[in-house]
Amino acid sequence: MNVSIIGAGPSGIEAANVLAKQGVAVTLFEKSSSALKNIADKAFLFPNFAAAADIVEIMNKKLLSQNITLKTDTDIVGLVREDNGGWKTVDSKGQSHYSDAVLLATGYTPFDAHRKEELGYGIYGGVVTSLEMEKMIRYDQVVNSLGERPKRVAFLQCVGSRDEKSGNHYCSKICCVTAVKQAIELKKRMPDTEVYVFYMDLRMWGQHFEELYRQSQQEYGVRYVRGRISEAAGTFDGRVQIKAEDTLMGLPLKMTTDLLVLMVGMEASEGTRCLAKATGICGDYGFAQTKDPHIDDCLTAQEGLFACGTCKRPMSINDAVNDGRAAALAILDMAK
Amino acid sequence: MNRFWNQYQKEIADDHYFYERSCIRQTFFPGSEAAFLRILREELGKDICDNPHQHTCTGIGYHSDVVPLETTMTVVARLFSLMTECGYENYVPSCVTSFGVFSEMIEKWENNPDLLAKTQQYLWEATKREFKIPKNIVHPSDVIFHFRFDLKPRMKYQLVNRYTGKPLRVVEHIGCHYAKIFPERGIGKAEFPYVLAGMIEAWGGEVIDYPERRHCCGFGFRQYLVQENRGYSIANTKKKFQSMEPYEPDFILTNCPGCNMFLDKWQYTIAEMEHKTFDKEGFGIPVLTYEELTGLLLGYDPWKLGLQLHQVQSEPLLNKIGIAYNPDEKYKGVSGRLLPRPAQPECLRQE
Repeated sequence: MNVSIIGAGPSGIEAANVLAKQGVAVTLFEKSSSALKNIADKAFLFPNFAAAADIVEIMNKKLLSQNITLKTDTDIVGLVREDNGGWKTVDSKGQSHYSDAVLLATGYTPFDAHRKEELGYGIYGGVVTSLEMEKMIRYDQVVNSLGERPKRVAFLQCVGSRDEKSGNHYCSKICCVTAVKQAIELKKRMPDTEVYVFYMDLRMWGQHFEELYRQSQQEYGVRYVRGRISEAAGTFDGRVQIKAEDTLMGLPLKMTTDLLVLMVGMEASEGTRCLAKATGICGDYGFAQTKDPHIDDCLTAQEGLFACGTCKRPMSINDAVNDGRAAALAILDMAK
Repeated sequence: MNRFWNQYQKEIADDHYFYERSCIRQTFFPGSEAAFLRILREELGKDICDNPHQHTCTGIGYHSDVVPLETTMTVVARLFSLMTECGYENYVPSCVTSFGVFSEMIEKWENNPDLLAKTQQYLWEATKREFKIPKNIVHPSDVIFHFRFDLKPRMKYQLVNRYTGKPLRVVEHIGCHYAKIFPERGIGKAEFPYVLAGMIEAWGGEVIDYPERRHCCGFGFRQYLVQENRGYSIANTKKKFQSMEPYEPDFILTNCPGCNMFLDKWQYTIAEMEHKTFDKEGFGIPVLTYEELTGLLLGYDPWKLGLQLHQVQSEPLLNKIGIAYNPDEKYKGVSGRLLPRPAQPECLRQE
């Protein structure tokens, strides 16, 4: 049996690893120049602050099996079911590859914060995304637009998630705890910096998340304000003025901050949208739709076509890894 | 400004406009509407109808809850019937609030055909008139924006400080009803509207982006129309001026009668109340309509544009640009007779 996996993120790699161990020949396609692009620049992972670099190293070792062929810089643009029940993948260079089954692991793309123009991303230097903040933390370069250590930082949740204006009504699931994690990281490095988190409601759904949230307040003094930021504007001295409503106090609020961190949500990646549409499994918001969300969550309406990880919906890295494992088992089950 | 939402443009008809005048603009900025008609006809060679039978759109009364919706719809329908009778399809209302009211009524009719049928019935019963919904409805500032590069070669002046050679620094302020009710009907939408910014940049100026750029001018209908709320109104305006002050704007450009009036006249009131102006010299910051600005750059006489009727006087700005004017004719009436000079404010300087 041979299987094509499209996307070398955490779920795709984990699925490849499980399948390879069972003697399945796996071809793993990755459009970037290396695997695990979305984790590569992360600093630490919630909830235990594991170094992302360590996780990347462990995951990369899983690719060393002789049953796995990793093809980087290969963008799969076509996916067709053959008459014999097999699948043909076609890359952007026109090259075809045939397999018995295909696993979509095409992942997500971060919400483009430019689309929330009222928040000033790309316009004011002090407005950054959570991905950029992650890089700042990783390389210890947390500075404001003037290159100075920030005295005040504000995080804003739900940028591009649960948002009528951007057209994304769903929750991106990982942003709440990511902000808690990044806020703690900032306070560890700069205890005197004031850190605020603006939220609608904090969804601490995972194990230890609630504890982390409490720890951020009790040990690190991170301040949480229930209310969304309506607009950000640059100030004369290069800072960012934000306006919000503190809905617990019932009062409008205006604050000037050195950095505004936009917790950007997850959207279906271009690859996910394109291939899900081509194979008739396109679900809400461009994500891949599975056969049944309860019991057949890795199967699709197309026989021999499977889906795992964030191409289905927003999920955390550990959930994506588990989902890749589940998809591999579903594929092995099909082969019986 | 290189804004993400610059991609939001709208269709603006190229010719054959039906113009609708504002209730209040001719009182406060009396040269603006005449300047617009002159620019369209003489500079651009366009056909624009200025019908003498027009009337209010009810906007101020409508937004103050003293005019019911059905009345507003019928009055709007009558205005459209004038356009229909004159054989035009492109409606250009001078006032931003009218633009908002028309856009809102059309939206209602399109989404609720029963309302449209009722309006047609009311109009017929009251006036025996019929109307068509305009094919294209834009604000005159959209039209000037549309032709900004066609106008540029005809301009005698640019938005450049002749003493320093640097671009003039301009605060632009959009009326709420231009883009906040229907963002997609405003050039650049509501967050970073580009209609005035586009004119400023095309004509050599530099747009100031200051923290309270989106804040209300201070009119806001109820804030001002209810007398007890006027402290609220002036506090809003003051907040804007405090925010823009460090950027030292050379002037403010607006496209709404209310914004024009409040940003201009409250400067006098704040100066009297607090002995405070928001420029270094104590003259205040001139507030221009887009028609006045276009006319000035085309070389029109500042006094025929009505700049002497502003609260904040414009001579320092005219001098910066190098615009020629005759001080002796500032208060000359249409008949040629000199009108009495208005009293000098105590705290807002004038040349």
